[in-house]
Amino acid sequence: MTARTALAIEATGLAKSYGSTRAVDGIDLAVPAGAIYGVLGPNGAGKTTTIRMLATLIAPDAGSARVLGHDVVAEADAVRGLVSLTGQLASVDEELTGRENLALLGRLLGLRRGAARARADELLEAFGIADAAGKLVKHYSGGMRRRLDIAASIVVTPELMFLDEPTTGLDPRSRNQVWEIARALVAGGTTILLCTQYLEEADQLADGIAVIDHGRVIAEGTPGQLKASVGTGALHVRLLDPVRRAEAAQILEAAVGGVLLAPDAAALTVKCPDAGRAALGVAALTRAGVGIAEFSLARPSLDEVFLALTGHTADDGPAASAPAADTLQEQAS
Amino acid sequence: MTSTTTTPAGAADTAAVRRAIASTARPPRPGRLATALAFGWRGMLKIKHVPEQLLDVTISPVMFVLMFTYLFGGAIAGSTGAYLQYILPGILVMSVLFTTVYSGVSLNTDLTKGVVDRFRSLPIWRPAPLLGALLGDSVRYVLAGTVILVVGVVLGYRPEGGLLGVVAALALVVVFSFGLSWVFSVLGLLLRSPNAVMNAGFTGIFPLTFLSNVFVDPRTLPGPLQAFVDVNPISILSTASRSLMAGTPDTGAVLVSLAVAAGLALVFLPLTTRLYRSR
Ligand SMILES: Nc1ncnc2c1ncn2[C@@H]1O[C@H](COP(=O)(O)OP(=O)(O)OP(=O)(O)O)[C@@H](O)[C@H]1O
Ligand SMILES: [Mg+2]
Repeated sequence: MTARTALAIEATGLAKSYGSTRAVDGIDLAVPAGAIYGVLGPNGAGKTTTIRMLATLIAPDAGSARVLGHDVVAEADAVRGLVSLTGQLASVDEELTGRENLALLGRLLGLRRGAARARADELLEAFGIADAAGKLVKHYSGGMRRRLDIAASIVVTPELMFLDEPTTGLDPRSRNQVWEIARALVAGGTTILLCTQYLEEADQLADGIAVIDHGRVIAEGTPGQLKASVGTGALHVRLLDPVRRAEAAQILEAAVGGVLLAPDAAALTVKCPDAGRAALGVAALTRAGVGIAEFSLARPSLDEVFLALTGHTADDGPAASAPAADTLQEQAS
Repeated sequence: MTSTTTTPAGAADTAAVRRAIASTARPPRPGRLATALAFGWRGMLKIKHVPEQLLDVTISPVMFVLMFTYLFGGAIAGSTGAYLQYILPGILVMSVLFTTVYSGVSLNTDLTKGVVDRFRSLPIWRPAPLLGALLGDSVRYVLAGTVILVVGVVLGYRPEGGLLGVVAALALVVVFSFGLSWVFSVLGLLLRSPNAVMNAGFTGIFPLTFLSNVFVDPRTLPGPLQAFVDVNPISILSTASRSLMAGTPDTGAVLVSLAVAAGLALVFLPLTTRLYRSR
């Protein structure tokens, strides 16, 4: 057994610049072992660069990181012996068949020829690619390629797996399969660092999430904590007559609380503490004779959390960017 | 619905995935040579899937032999037969050396693919991917050389050194190319596109090859040029090959060729490894 610390990844002040671009600008991470940890951020946030440093592909300019107790620079080789990388670009060889890809990795990891071939077949079968085992990977569909990619990462089951945007470009069915595989891996004891720009994905899979933007962690917590930061829910209302929106906003403000005006000219969103208050708001509108086309009560999505944190909702009104700070462990200085 | 879950074709079977995850212990790390050979095997598989990629190492050598023998033979040596006897070992050298440029080109192409990140994240001996690729490329060198020799013999080339001499010459040229290909690997790692590697590679190898004794006897050249041709490693390599094929081995030239190959590998191998790691 390898020496295990309670934390699978421990990074402090990781930084990496490309020319004048600060791709990663001082990231701290504490990823517990045995769970899925999500790194959530938009395009260019620095997710891939962070993974590449943790997976020992590039050296950080500043800061340090320990992966499974080993320093990523000084003990890079030890780290490589414990982790697997499923990169953002499919990290399989397009010019080989699926079976050859897995058998090659088996050989590189020290399996004998027969064992490598048997392991390849076992994985191809389990991942539903047995039918295409002899086809060149460049002819695979996106979903098959992703599954092969993940299979390639567990030719020898790693202690920690880096998954960089595993479902980008996949249809819902393939996406669900990848999620199932990720859950199975964690159930088997592997820790996963998952980078994603899909809030739903982090919500579905991750036990802890770090939200990053412009190379910095801007918030950290469980999906539940992050959601709590934008309130327990929101009432969405669409009016029959957009002209009465200002009036409706006043009524809802009085009955429920802070109103956000959606880009849709007939719609309003009200953050509300519970369903009862939402009902009061709808009732108040009806009493005032404001016609309602539809209304719904939604649990806050991580989208709202993200927008609130990054302040990219500035156009929608100042209320959107304000509330997060108090409940969240703020990382940005 | 039955209680036994049957997985639809093309879908992952979660229970089987769980079993697959549970069933491996990490095997001991493979040796350096085994790792490099595995990468060499990757190169072979690629040739197996796209055999057309061997056209450049089979067709162009044939063209070289025909062109130089029939186009220039009469003018340079008085008769095509005599010239073939002089030039065939030189064409062997030239064709195989040109092939080494493609090692850099294919390395550069490889680097744009995501699979390189996986290789670099594996706990393997660092130079193995590069060494393996060049081992695989050596097969191309041998093939190019063999095609030249066969065509030469068909056209009337008769090596005095017999089969042994020919095999020795081919082996020497391949070993030299193996050393030289590290130079092109460095180019492959430094430059931005496969085309740039190709251009830079040929810009270097072309004049070096033509300013050698591959095509003409340097005794006909003006003094300073002759001096350069005499110390050009490509001249020394073709002198060595010629001597081996003629059955009168020039030990000095053979040793210098081997030393140059070793020197190139010693300087450029660590460089490629470092570049490959940091790219
Ligand atoms: N090799 C590189 N050379 C130059 N700039 C780079 C390089 N790698 C990343 N960058 C820059 O660093 C920043 C962060 O990139 P990174 O790939 O880490 O983002 P990301 O969060 O993975 O984005 P995405 O969701 O698009 O994959 C970007 O501005 C990117 O252009
Ligand atoms: Mg990325």
